[in-house]
Amino acid sequence: MTTKTISRRNFIKLSGMTGTALTLGIGFSALGKDSPVLTAALAEAQNIELNAWISIDTAGTVTIINHRAEMGQGSFQAVPQIIAEELEVDLNQVKIVFAQGSQTKYGSQITGGSSTVRGSYKRLLRLAASAREMLLEAASRKWNVARTELVAENGQVIQITTGEAISYGDLVADAAKLQPPKEVKLKSPRDYKVLRKPMPRQDIPLKTNGQAVFGIDKKIPGMLYAVVERNPRFLGKLKSFDDSAAKAMPGVKHILPVKMRVFSHDREGVAVVADSLWAALQARKALKVEWDDTAFPHHSSEQLYAQMREDVKNKPGLSFRTKGDFKRAFETSAKKLEAVYETPYEAHACMEPLNCIAHFQNNKLEIWGPIQGPDWVQADVADLMGLKPEDVTVNMTFLGGGFGRKAFLDYPHEAAVISKAIQAPVQVFWTREDDMTQGPFRPGMVYQCRGGLSDQGRLQAFETRMAGQNMDHQNPGADKMAYNSNVTEGFLETYLNSMPHYSFSDIPLESPIPVMWWRSVYSSTNGFAFESFLDELAHAAGTDPLAFRRNYFWDARYHELANRLEEVSGWKNRKPNEGWGVAITECFSSIVGEVVKVSRKPDGKIKIDKVWAVMDCGWYVNPDTIRAQVEGSIIMALAAATKHEVTFKEGKAVERNFDSYKMLRITDSPEIEVHVVDNEEKAGGVGEPGLPPFTPALTNAIFDLTGKRIRKLPFALEEV
Amino acid sequence: MASISFTVNARPYTVDVDPKMPLLWVIRDVIGLTGTKYGCGIAQCGACTVHLNGVPVRACSLPVTAAANKAIVTIEGLSADNSHPVQQAWIEEQVPQCGYCQSGQIMAATSLLKRNANPTDLDIDAAMQGHVCRCGTYPRIRKAIKLAAQKMKNPTSKS
Ligand code: FES
Ligand code: FES
Repeated sequence: MTTKTISRRNFIKLSGMTGTALTLGIGFSALGKDSPVLTAALAEAQNIELNAWISIDTAGTVTIINHRAEMGQGSFQAVPQIIAEELEVDLNQVKIVFAQGSQTKYGSQITGGSSTVRGSYKRLLRLAASAREMLLEAASRKWNVARTELVAENGQVIQITTGEAISYGDLVADAAKLQPPKEVKLKSPRDYKVLRKPMPRQDIPLKTNGQAVFGIDKKIPGMLYAVVERNPRFLGKLKSFDDSAAKAMPGVKHILPVKMRVFSHDREGVAVVADSLWAALQARKALKVEWDDTAFPHHSSEQLYAQMREDVKNKPGLSFRTKGDFKRAFETSAKKLEAVYETPYEAHACMEPLNCIAHFQNNKLEIWGPIQGPDWVQADVADLMGLKPEDVTVNMTFLGGGFGRKAFLDYPHEAAVISKAIQAPVQVFWTREDDMTQGPFRPGMVYQCRGGLSDQGRLQAFETRMAGQNMDHQNPGADKMAYNSNVTEGFLETYLNSMPHYSFSDIPLESPIPVMWWRSVYSSTNGFAFESFLDELAHAAGTDPLAFRRNYFWDARYHELANRLEEVSGWKNRKPNEGWGVAITECFSSIVGEVVKVSRKPDGKIKIDKVWAVMDCGWYVNPDTIRAQVEGSIIMALAAATKHEVTFKEGKAVERNFDSYKMLRITDSPEIEVHVVDNEEKAGGVGEPGLPPFTPALTNAIFDLTGKRIRKLPFALEEV
Repeated sequence: MASISFTVNARPYTVDVDPKMPLLWVIRDVIGLTGTKYGCGIAQCGACTVHLNGVPVRACSLPVTAAANKAIVTIEGLSADNSHPVQQAWIEEQVPQCGYCQSGQIMAATSLLKRNANPTDLDIDAAMQGHVCRCGTYPRIRKAIKLAAQKMKNPTSKS
C-alpha cells in the first residue's frame, strides 16, 4: 500500500464511508515521535501515508479504525472512549472497525505488554482534539462569531450566548478544508466526561447473543477445513505417513506434509483437508504417521527440574543488574536466609483454541483469524512465504482469549502454507489437544534467593539466581551469552534502588520444548519468588510484612499504593484466626498491590475469604475495564497456583485437555475487590499487571495462618 | 449418513449427516449458527451448551441422533436483541471479557433460573461449575445471575 490512491481506497473500504467527511490521521514523520495531525487532503498533497484513525461524516457519525486486537481486555472500548472525550461526542456516535495488519500504517499493532492504551493515548487525544478545534473553527467562520463564543458539546458546536447549535455533520465539509491546528490544548482529567468513567463496553452486547465473530466462526466462500497431525515432539521430523485409509474417507480433498516456523525451527506435520471440519477430524484419525525423533533429547519434567535445581546451585549463569558487593555483605549479615522457589510450565489455554484462515492466490495472501499482532504476522509470514508485505493482508476477528499465545505467527504461517499448496482458501482448526500440547509454553523456573539482614533487621544483601528456558534464546541467531533484560521483570525496582548490595543471575536451560510469553511474562513467576522471599525476610526480621516493604520504597507512588491497600483491606485490624498476606509488584509500568485473607473452614480446609487489589496504572480510560482485568488476572493466577501445570514425559506434553489440565471454576473463585488509583502518571498496562502479586500474597497469607511456607507451584489449596 | 429432523430456535430443520457427528458441529457447520462454541470437545468446559427440550446439554458430546425430533435452543434463540433478562443482566454487570465462553455460561444460567427463581451462591456453584471461563469472569457471572433473578420478578431492577 505505497500509493496514496490505494491508501485512500483502502480506508474507504475499511470504514465503509463514502462522500464528504473530515478525515484526520497522524502521519509517521521520519522523526517518529511527535508526528503532525493531518487531513486526508493534506496527506495526499504531500504524499504521506495517512494513518486513518478517525473520520466524521455528514451525518455526524465518527468512525475509528481500531488498530489493536480485541481479546477481552477492552481495547474495543478504550480507543473510542479516548476519542469521544476530546472530540465531545456521545460514545454511541462512534463506530469502530478493525484495521488490517500494516506496520507502516498504524505503528505497532501488537496487543501485548498491555500496550494498547499506553502506546497510543496521547496521539489519540491530540487527534480528537484537533478534529474538535477544526469543527469549532469552521463554525466560527460560518457564523462569523469569535471562537471564544463557541463550545463543542455532544456532537454539536453551540453559541454560548444564543444557544444556537449546528451539528458536526453540517460542518465537516468546511472543516475538511482547514489546516489542522499545530498545537491543541488537552482537557484536564478533572473535566473528563467519558474518560475515567465506567462506560459500558460496546463489544459486550455482541457477546451475549452469539453475534460476535471469533476466528473459529469466520467463513469465507469456497473455504475448506484442515486439521493437522503435528509431531508431539517439537524438533522431530516427519519420517513417513500412510494416508491410504484417510484418503478414502468421505469429504477428504487433500493430505499433505506441512511445516510451520516456530522460532528457529520448522515444526512438521501432516495436514488433512476436507470439505467439512467433521470430515477432516475423522480422516485424521485414520492417518498413520511415523516421526523421526532421534536428533534431540526427550526431556521429562523430572529431568528438567533436577537440572534447574542443580543449575541454581552450581552454574555461574549470565549475571546482570548487580550493585555493591553481595558476597561480602551477605557473609557479614547478622541473619542469613536462603530459599528455593519453583514454578511450573503452563499452557495459555485460551478458551478459543488456535485457528486461522488463509487464502493464497496469484502470489497474494489474505489471512483471517484471532490474531494479537497483525503487523507481525503480515511482516513475518510475508517473509516466510517469499511475498512482499504489501501482498499480505491480515484481518482480525474477535479473539477468544490471547494471553500472549495469539501474538505468535506459527498458526497463520501454517495456514498460509496449506492454502498455497492446495490453491484454495482453508481454515486450519486446532483441537483443544493440539492447542494444549504444542506450546509454546510458559517456561518452568527455579529460583534460588539469598538475603542478609543487619542486626537491626535491615535487608542489606539480596541475590536471585534463576534457572529456566530463556525465551529470547530461541530466536534465529540469538546470542546465548546475552541475557535479556526483561528476565528481571517483576523484581521491583522500587525496593532495589534502596538496597545497597544485590546480584541477579540467569542460568538459561537448554531444552527443545518451545516457550513463550504467558500473561505478564517473566513477572508471572518472578513476582512469586521475589515477593515470597521478601515475606520470609520480613518474618525473619520480626517486622510486619507491609511495614518491611515500606522500608525499601523510595518513591511516593509506592507509599501511596501501600497506604491505600492497608486502608481498603483493613490490614491493621487483622485477627488471630485469620491469615493475611500482601505482595506488591510492578509490571509494564503499572504497580499493583494485593492483600489476600484466608481462614480455615470447619472442615479444616483453607478458604480464601477475600482478595483486595489496588492498581496504579497512571493515566487510565475506564475503571470498570481495569477492575475486570484485575479480577481476571487474579483468577488466572489462582488457577496457575493451585490447579494446573503442564508436565513432560519423554519430550511430550502430558496434559492434553481440561480433564488433566484442570481449569479454575466458579466454585473456587474468591471475592475480589479492586481499587484504581487516580493520578496523572504515564499510562501503564492494565491487562497483565494484576497477575504477579496474587500468588505470593496468597502463599504469604497461608504462611501467616499455618506457618507453612509454599515454595513450589502448583499446590493443592485443599491439602495445605 | 442419516436424515434427522429437529427444530433449532423454533425453526424446523432436516439434516443429512453422519449419525456419529456431534450436535455441536451440526449446529455450527451445517445449520450455520456459530454462537455455540467449541472449547474442549470432551464435556469439560460447557462452551457448547445448548438447550435440548429445555434441558442444558453439552453439544460437543451428544451425537446428532440424540436430538432427533427434539427442540434445540441456542444462544441465538434466547433473543437476538438482547432482551432476555439474563442477557440484560450480563450486559449491565459487564460480564464478558473475550466473550468466548459466554454463550455457554448464559445458556446454563438461563436454565438454572428457569428451575430456581432464587438461586443461592451454592445453587449457582452447582449449576455453573461445569462452565470454564479463562478470562475469569466468575465474580461477575455470580452477580449477573442474581440480578437476572430479580429482573425476572421485576423487569426494572437494576444492579
Ligand atoms: S466443548 Fe463441549 S464441553 Fe467443552
Ligand atoms: S470471557 Fe473469555 S473465556 Fe470467558
